[in-house]
Amino acid sequence: MSKDNQILEDLNSKEYEHGWSVNFETDEAPIGLNEDIIRWISTKKEEPSWLLDWRLKAFKIWQGMTEPNWSNVNYLKMDLQALRFYSAPKQSKKPKNINEVDPELIAIYERLGISLNEQKRLQGIAIDVVLDSVSVATTFKETLGKLGIIFCSFSEAVKEHPELIQKYLGLVVPMTDNYYAALNAAVFSDGSFCYIPKGVRCPMELSTYFRINAANTGQFERTLIVADDSSYVSYLEGCTAPQRDENQLHAAVVEIYAGAHAEVKYSTVQNWFPGDKDGKGGIYNFVTKRGICAGDHSKISWTQVETGSAVTWKYPSCILKGDYSIGEFYSVAVTNNFQQADTGTKMIHIGKNTKSRIVSKGISAGKSQNSYRGQVQVMKRAHNARNFSQCDSLLMGNQCGAHTFPYIDIANPSAKVEHEATTSKIGEDQIFYCNQRGIATEDAVALIVNGYAKEVLNQLPMEFAVEAQKLLALTLEGSVG
Amino acid sequence: MLSIKNLHASIEGTPILRGINLEVKAGEVHAIMGPNGSGKSTLASVLAGREEYEVTEGEVLFQGKELLPLSPEDRARKGVFLAFQYPIEIPGVSTTNFLRTALNQVREYRGQEPLDAVKFLSLMKEKMALVEIDQKLLSRSLNEGFSGGEKKRNEIFQMAMLNPILSILDETDSGLDIDALRIVSNGVNKLKSDKNATIVVTHYQRLLDYIVPDFVHVLYKGRIVKSGTKELALELEEKGYDWIKEEVDSTATV
Repeated sequence: MSKDNQILEDLNSKEYEHGWSVNFETDEAPIGLNEDIIRWISTKKEEPSWLLDWRLKAFKIWQGMTEPNWSNVNYLKMDLQALRFYSAPKQSKKPKNINEVDPELIAIYERLGISLNEQKRLQGIAIDVVLDSVSVATTFKETLGKLGIIFCSFSEAVKEHPELIQKYLGLVVPMTDNYYAALNAAVFSDGSFCYIPKGVRCPMELSTYFRINAANTGQFERTLIVADDSSYVSYLEGCTAPQRDENQLHAAVVEIYAGAHAEVKYSTVQNWFPGDKDGKGGIYNFVTKRGICAGDHSKISWTQVETGSAVTWKYPSCILKGDYSIGEFYSVAVTNNFQQADTGTKMIHIGKNTKSRIVSKGISAGKSQNSYRGQVQVMKRAHNARNFSQCDSLLMGNQCGAHTFPYIDIANPSAKVEHEATTSKIGEDQIFYCNQRGIATEDAVALIVNGYAKEVLNQLPMEFAVEAQKLLALTLEGSVG
Repeated sequence: MLSIKNLHASIEGTPILRGINLEVKAGEVHAIMGPNGSGKSTLASVLAGREEYEVTEGEVLFQGKELLPLSPEDRARKGVFLAFQYPIEIPGVSTTNFLRTALNQVREYRGQEPLDAVKFLSLMKEKMALVEIDQKLLSRSLNEGFSGGEKKRNEIFQMAMLNPILSILDETDSGLDIDALRIVSNGVNKLKSDKNATIVVTHYQRLLDYIVPDFVHVLYKGRIVKSGTKELALELEEKGYDWIKEEVDSTATV
C-alpha cells in the first residue's frame, strides 16, 4: 500500500475504526434468493432434512409477505435478488478446536480486539465468533462442558443436539412473526447456541462477536439461548463490519427461553458501520430479538448500546408468561450524521404479578433521526402487572430529530403502568461550565453523554461498559462546536 | 497579574462594557459593585471566555500574556476560575468524577502527571474540610437537586481543588443564608495567598463584611465610575447607587 493510501486509511478508520476488510478465499452461494439457494445453503451445511423443510416452509411464508414500512425510517429498499445469502471463509475441514482455526481468521479477530486465545479465561468470557455467515470458533467449550453448559455454533448444535434445537427453534420468534424473521428462518447461515442446564449458574460471560466481511453479503445469524429452571447466564453480543459504499443487510433473530427461576441477561454493543458523513453505505440492521419468561419467577434483561448501522430496526422484547416474572430493557441509542434508528421494546404481561422496566436513552446528533417505539401490553389474566417506562431523548445541534412512540394496551384493571419522558439538549451552558473548569469541549460532550446514559451503561458488564463509553464518545466526535 | 485595558464588549450587537480599565495584583481582593444591569456579570463572563459576548475593543493581559485569544478551557488551565452565579446541573456526572476529569486535564496542560485515585481522594478530603462540604454531596450528580447554598459551596470547593491564580466570584452571595455565607466566605479567605487574587462581583455590601476587599470599584453603564477602599462599599450600602448614577449622568450631559 502506498503511503498516501495508508494515511487515508488511517483517517477513515478514525471515523469508523473497524472499517477494514480482509481478502481470503470464501465459499459463496450464488447471488440471489430462491428455493435452490436455500437447498444449496442447507446442503453446504450438511443439514438434516427436517431443517431444510423448516427453511423451505419459512421461504414460502416469506414470499407471501411484504416489507414493513410502519417504522419511522426512510431508506431505499434493497434488491434482495442482488444479494449473496451465504459467504463463508474457506477452510479445508471444520476446526475441532481453536488451534485448528485459520491463523488469518484469528488475526482478524485480534485486530478487533478479541483474543481467541484461552487468555480470555482471565477475563472470564467465552466467545463464539461469527464471520460473515459462519461461526468460526468457540472458546472454552470444555470448561463449560463440565458444567453441562452447551455453547457452540448453531450448525454444530443442529448436529450434536438436534432434540434441543427442534424443541426450541422458532418457539419464541415464529417464522410467521415478521418479514425479516421469516427471511432469516429461510436463509439463516449460522449463529450461536447456548443451553444452561437446571440449577447451573454460568461461571463466565458468554459472548458472540459478529462481523460482516464480504461485500454484498447479508448476515443472517440466529442465536438461541435456553436457560433451564433456576439457571443463570449473562450473554454479550458485539458487532462490527467493514466500511463499504453499498448498504449491507443484517437480519438476525435472537430467541431466549427462561425456565422457572431462571435469569438471562443479554447485552449488546452494536457498532456496525453507520455509513459515512454523507449517509453513504452502512448496515441495515433489521433484527428480531425476543425472550420468553416461560417459568414463574424468571427474568430476562436486555441491555443494548446501539451506536452503529445506517438504519436500525430493532425491538428486543419480553413475553412475561410465568407468574412473578420480570422483563427489563435498558437502551442507549446514538445516531449521528444520517443514521436512523427506530428501536424500543415490547413487554407483554401474561402471568400474574409480572413486572417490567424500560429505560431508553436516545441521543441524536447531526442530521440523524432517533425514534423510541415501545409497547406495554397487559393481558386479561395478568393481575397486578407493573410497568415503569422512562424514555429520554437528548438532542445535539438543531438538525436532528427525536421521536417517541409509546403504546400502552391494558386489559386488566389492576395494572399499574407508569411512563416518564424527557427531552433535553446538551446546553452550551453545560459545555461552557465544563470548559471553565479546564475540560475540552469533546471531553465535555463525552462526560455529559456518559452521565446521561449512566443508568443503562451501569447494566453492562464492566469490560463492555468501558468499551461502550468510548464508543459513545467516538460516535459523537465533532458533533458539537 | 491581571490588566484590563479599555475593554469593550457587546452581546448581539448591544454594547454592555464600554471601556473597562482595571489592574489587579497578586495578593489583592477587588470588589466589583454596581446596580443591576451595569455589566458586572458580563465582565466576569468575558474574562472567563463565554462565546456569546463579543469583545469589540481593548485587551486583557493575564500574567503578562494576552488572555482574550485563548479558549475558555485554556484560560481555566492557566489559572482563571469563575464561580458561577447559577451553577449548571450535569445529570449522571458526580462532582468527584467531574473534578477528576477537570483536574487531570489542567495538570496535563501544565505538564504534570495525572493524579491517581488515592492521591485525588486525599486532596479531596483536605479541601472538603475547607468549605465544610459533605462527601455524600460530591457523589451525587453535579448540582442536580442541590440547594442554593450547596451549589455555592460546591463552587468554592471546586475552586479549592483547582487552586486558581485568579478567582472571579460572580454574585456568590446571592441566595445564601447567613450561615452559608459565613462558610463560603471562610473558604474563600482560607484560599487567599500572596500569589493569587480574587475579584468579587456583588450587588450587596453584605458579602464584603466577610471577604474584606482591598479595593472597591463601582460599575455603571459598562464603565468603572468610582474606585475606592472598603469604605466605599459601606457608603454604597448606606446611600444606595442613586447618588453615583446622578453624578455620572450629570457629568455625561455637561
